[in-house]
Amino acid sequence: MTMQTTGYNFAYLDEQTKRMIRRAILKAIAIPGYQVPFASREMPMPYGWGTGGVQVTAAILGHSDVLKVIDQGSDDTTNAVSIRKFFGKVAGVATTTKTAEATIIQTRHRIPEAPLREDQTLVYQVPIPEPLRFLEPRETETRTMHALAEYGLMHVKLYEDIARHGHIATTYAYPVEVAGRYVTDPSPTPKFDNPKMDMCAALQLFGAGREKRIYAIPPYTPVRSLDFEDHPFAVQQFAEPCALCAARGVYLDEVILDDRGKRMFVCSDTDHCEERRAAGHHGAMLDTAPQAIAGTR
Amino acid sequence: MTDEPLLRARGLTKHYGERIGCADVSFDLYEGEVLAIVGESGSGKSTLLGLLANELPATAGEVLYRMRDGIVRDIASLSEPERRLLARTDWGYVRQDSREGLRMRVSAGANVGERLMALGERRYAGIRETALTWLDRVEIARNRIDDRPTDFSGGMRQRLQIARNLVTNPRLVFMDEPTSGLDVSVQARLLDLVRGLVADLGLAIVIVTHDLAVARLLSHRIVVMRRGRVVETGLTDQVLDDPRDAYSQLLVSSVLAA
Repeated sequence: MTMQTTGYNFAYLDEQTKRMIRRAILKAIAIPGYQVPFASREMPMPYGWGTGGVQVTAAILGHSDVLKVIDQGSDDTTNAVSIRKFFGKVAGVATTTKTAEATIIQTRHRIPEAPLREDQTLVYQVPIPEPLRFLEPRETETRTMHALAEYGLMHVKLYEDIARHGHIATTYAYPVEVAGRYVTDPSPTPKFDNPKMDMCAALQLFGAGREKRIYAIPPYTPVRSLDFEDHPFAVQQFAEPCALCAARGVYLDEVILDDRGKRMFVCSDTDHCEERRAAGHHGAMLDTAPQAIAGTR
Repeated sequence: MTDEPLLRARGLTKHYGERIGCADVSFDLYEGEVLAIVGESGSGKSTLLGLLANELPATAGEVLYRMRDGIVRDIASLSEPERRLLARTDWGYVRQDSREGLRMRVSAGANVGERLMALGERRYAGIRETALTWLDRVEIARNRIDDRPTDFSGGMRQRLQIARNLVTNPRLVFMDEPTSGLDVSVQARLLDLVRGLVADLGLAIVIVTHDLAVARLLSHRIVVMRRGRVVETGLTDQVLDDPRDAYSQLLVSSVLAA
């Protein structure tokens, strides 16, 4: 491999470490939804800022890749900007904010609205990879439960939701069953995005740095959200469209505009919103919204 | 019902290194029978229960259990999935410390429904209905179904444990000092409840207790243990009213008359 940067190996991690991570990734792809332990490294950022996702990205990044990083759907938040700059510096790869142009998309909390393609890989930053942790604190026990596919406990959590709130109130990190076998935590994405994971054309990789686990959902894998027969899985509905691009059926963020109750709902996926506005879509508040929200375009 | 025993213990022995947990314990247990294991602290009662419930590996001896399909199996030969399935369907285990037997962070309803969900029940209304039925049976008010066990009294927690275990209609329930730490009137209600359930459901129970009054009220037969060995077995009345063994005599005579 030719060195293009000095002072670092390409993409920060040394080649032996990347091989170790790639082996874990291959195993994870071979057993969809299974959490593969790996020797997570110290990264130049604190745990909780995406150390797992960064290591996965570093291990799969090639010279010709185009990297996009999003945080809560946005390309311009601190975490997204710093990780994008990090790889721009230590790997010298091209970066983008456009979903369609990216080959690798590292994400925290969202799956892009635009459908993903076979030549794209989605890398999730995962804080707690174990979906059973809420009710079973013992790691030895959760591993046994995964091994024996004993997932009754997951429904205890959903039962508890309905008993307390009248409906399944889990709105993020909503547990899914991957390929009819392993119950998996989709990371703290809103459950709105769960249906996008099902039969997704792109490879989905999950990295948890602090917990030292990697798992994967290969392309075109069935992913089912757990539910009860009489309380079926359903995603959030939004009453109004995006105030900037008038999109419906997308995930919206609520933005408080002043201290007198004025608010607006805008696309969480900033790239999707900008693409739509460029294509001529016009939301109700596009002309009146503050510059910081509407952007300069 | 058949005349075959439900459970047979044969020469059960457990060594903790040099020390003896229990040694050479054998007995038969039939369906619908309540067997009390009594003895002082450290006599090996809980070790024996652990061996019977397949939670401890035996140093020697075997436990034979007649499964629902009528086939007698050595429980040590069960695979891990079989062992776990047996423990949460055909068996129950009521712990001395309710915090070990219950999930303290989820509601009473979820505690009762957990076994059903583990067996694949996916209808919320059905789980809830069954949970309510069982709360009725163990005399917990219906409107406490969404409360957590942390908000329950000691006696209610033990009753909830019983409901949680019996929801799958097990044939055998292990009880480890279920009444210890409860005051006398609550103990009496719990024992009365258990007695009613045994009569209704034809449960077999192995109950470990140091309280001879509990043994007298509940059990048909008694095993008296001392220093890991069985010193006397027999019908409850017979052992308590006319103990043969010197230690049994001491144990019976040391009960304070109220």
